[in-house]
Amino acid sequence: MVQIDGNICSCMQSEKDIIQKATTEDYAYGFTSNFDEDLAPKGLSEEVIRLISAKKQEPDFMLEWRLSAFRAWQKMQEPTWQNVVYPPIDFQEIIYYAAPKQKKKLGSLDEVDPEILATFEKLGIPLDEQKQLANVAVDAVVDSVSVATTFQKRLRKSGVIFCSISEAIRKYPKVLAKYLGTVVPVTDNYYAALNSAVFTDGTFVYIPKGVRCPMDLSTYFRINAAGTGQFERTLIIADEGSYVSYLEGCTAPQRDENQLHAAVVELVAHRGAEIIYSTVQNWYPGDENGKGGIYNFVTKRGLAEDFAKISWTQVETGSSITWKYPSVVLKGDYSSGEFYSVAVTRAMQQADTGTKMIHIGKGTKSRIISKGISAGKSNNTYRGLVRMMPTATGASNFSQCDSLLIGDGCSANTIPYLEDSAASSSIEHEATTSKVSEELLAYMQQRGISREDATALIVNGYCSDVLDQLPMEFAVESRKLLTISLEGSVG
Amino acid sequence: MLHIHQLHASIAGKEVLKGISLHMKPGEIHAIMGQNGAGKTSLASVLAGRDEYTVTKGDVQFSGKDLLALSPEVRAREGLFLAFQYPPAIPGVTTEEFLRTSLNEIRKYQWKSTIDPFELRDLLRPMLAKVHLSEAFLERHMNDGFSGGEKKRNEVLQMLLLEPKLCILDETDSGLDVDALKTIAASIRDMRSPDRSFLVITHYERVLEELQPDVVHILHNGRIVRSGDMALARQIEREGYEAAIDQNA
Repeated sequence: MVQIDGNICSCMQSEKDIIQKATTEDYAYGFTSNFDEDLAPKGLSEEVIRLISAKKQEPDFMLEWRLSAFRAWQKMQEPTWQNVVYPPIDFQEIIYYAAPKQKKKLGSLDEVDPEILATFEKLGIPLDEQKQLANVAVDAVVDSVSVATTFQKRLRKSGVIFCSISEAIRKYPKVLAKYLGTVVPVTDNYYAALNSAVFTDGTFVYIPKGVRCPMDLSTYFRINAAGTGQFERTLIIADEGSYVSYLEGCTAPQRDENQLHAAVVELVAHRGAEIIYSTVQNWYPGDENGKGGIYNFVTKRGLAEDFAKISWTQVETGSSITWKYPSVVLKGDYSSGEFYSVAVTRAMQQADTGTKMIHIGKGTKSRIISKGISAGKSNNTYRGLVRMMPTATGASNFSQCDSLLIGDGCSANTIPYLEDSAASSSIEHEATTSKVSEELLAYMQQRGISREDATALIVNGYCSDVLDQLPMEFAVESRKLLTISLEGSVG
Repeated sequence: MLHIHQLHASIAGKEVLKGISLHMKPGEIHAIMGQNGAGKTSLASVLAGRDEYTVTKGDVQFSGKDLLALSPEVRAREGLFLAFQYPPAIPGVTTEEFLRTSLNEIRKYQWKSTIDPFELRDLLRPMLAKVHLSEAFLERHMNDGFSGGEKKRNEVLQMLLLEPKLCILDETDSGLDVDALKTIAASIRDMRSPDRSFLVITHYERVLEELQPDVVHILHNGRIVRSGDMALARQIEREGYEAAIDQNA
């Protein structure tokens, strides 16, 4: 009961914050921090890849793996099928490695550059374990490297490994060699190949057999340096019968240039395991005229073995362009996959996002709930694939894809691909498009609620099916974020 | 309380209010009767501040303030309430959340402390009983899948909660059965006070028998063509609008 009271109070508090923030704030995370950074020369070549691999003191197999990815990438074409428009990216203009300079190897959090700690404080992610949310462990990634990982000792007691992927490559090369690139192959797509060649850091998680991870794990990504790309790689392995809830948050400084973020996330849920993966993506979206902002080109995929479950929840409010399709390969019998998504675009933002559910095993189930919200002159596309292979007898899918339009200048598209070649399987697809009507705004104004607050309330209600899937703190954060993102989108 | 002086308004270039004057004192109930298209809903919408209407002439004083200069939400916070004829649905937003947001916005404007969810429940319990709704109703999404009767009760519930100075009821009686009509009328009677006024827009005399208004106006073609007491409402019921209007001409 005490817990319930506490939660409601924090909601009340956050509601006040929302109103205050909605009236005063723009992109709140657009600041730049001044700490020394170690930068690789601009551009991409085998030398740069060798440099990255050497900087990270990687075993030889990793360098070979990276080089093979780079050679494959050189032969690949940038995809053009997505419903977004942007000038060609000059991959030789990007800096592929940027790391806050460290004077020596870190023994504990006390040794992290105070400027970096201050940066995360400012972002609302204190790295000091005393000050943290009691039950969330954080891996903080700035530009190309992980700067701090909290609660590692406590996690190790239950056998959970939670560390930067660089550390994992050094410490557990065999495990990495076994899993890396098995869910998202090196040649999967243009950006996945690029990421495989140049990824600089990210997070590694291993949950042993039968272990329920005692706390939520999270990674907070921050792009700081100018002219850099962020290429992080996340690998989560949930062994048989284990459970983990993983959260991911992202912000970047406000800059006039576009910055590329091309991440790869691989999830492996062994027999009976469950992985809940939540993302709140708030990269800098560019200004009102579409200048600047992050290109968020991300490949996320999970592999579910027998009776395993993988659930993706994403709240996408940032980035000038979002291109991502968190997917589940339902390989095992009776495995299940879920995708819950809220994608908000405003001003000149573009999003082409959705999911792929590949049903291979018998009796596999998937569920897709997507809410696209477009305002300003933005363009928001849902693109989703549900494929039932001949082996997937008795498989079922339910998809609900809704679009909400705010104003007259934006557009929304729903592009479902449904391929059913399995016996006694079922695919159910529902889609709606609605508008925030003048009539509704007028009604709410007549009850004393301003147009802006009314829109926030409508949008939050519209997304509640998805937001309810998020852990408490993330849900509160997301509601705030939605409010701030849509500020100024109603006349 | 409310002084409307020579109000003209148009929508999409068509004049729908053609010089309305109306004066209401605190505590009074006025009824506005009229046929379809007479301008009843237009009058309510202009008073509420719907922006598809353009006021071309005239002025409106509400509690000593220039009503037409205020935004729709400020009118509400100043104590003007309109019960909608067709209240829209807000999927995903519970009735409770909506009521709390609305009440707190109004209270903040009036420099009062905000109400937390527990206080709100305590406040609402007797009000729900008055309009014959259960507490579970609060958890349903606002007007989403509500029956016609539930929507009307929900409008009256909001009126009870928000305690406005001026309540405008736009055909709140339409489509209700006799029992529901009596329930709603009883709630309005309970709310009567020396500093609260009601403007009741209706087609029918029946609700007025329940409310006993101080003044009855007939609106016709954008103008108030006759004003009187309950006897006028009864004449309309007996003889129809045409006869009542002709008598005036």
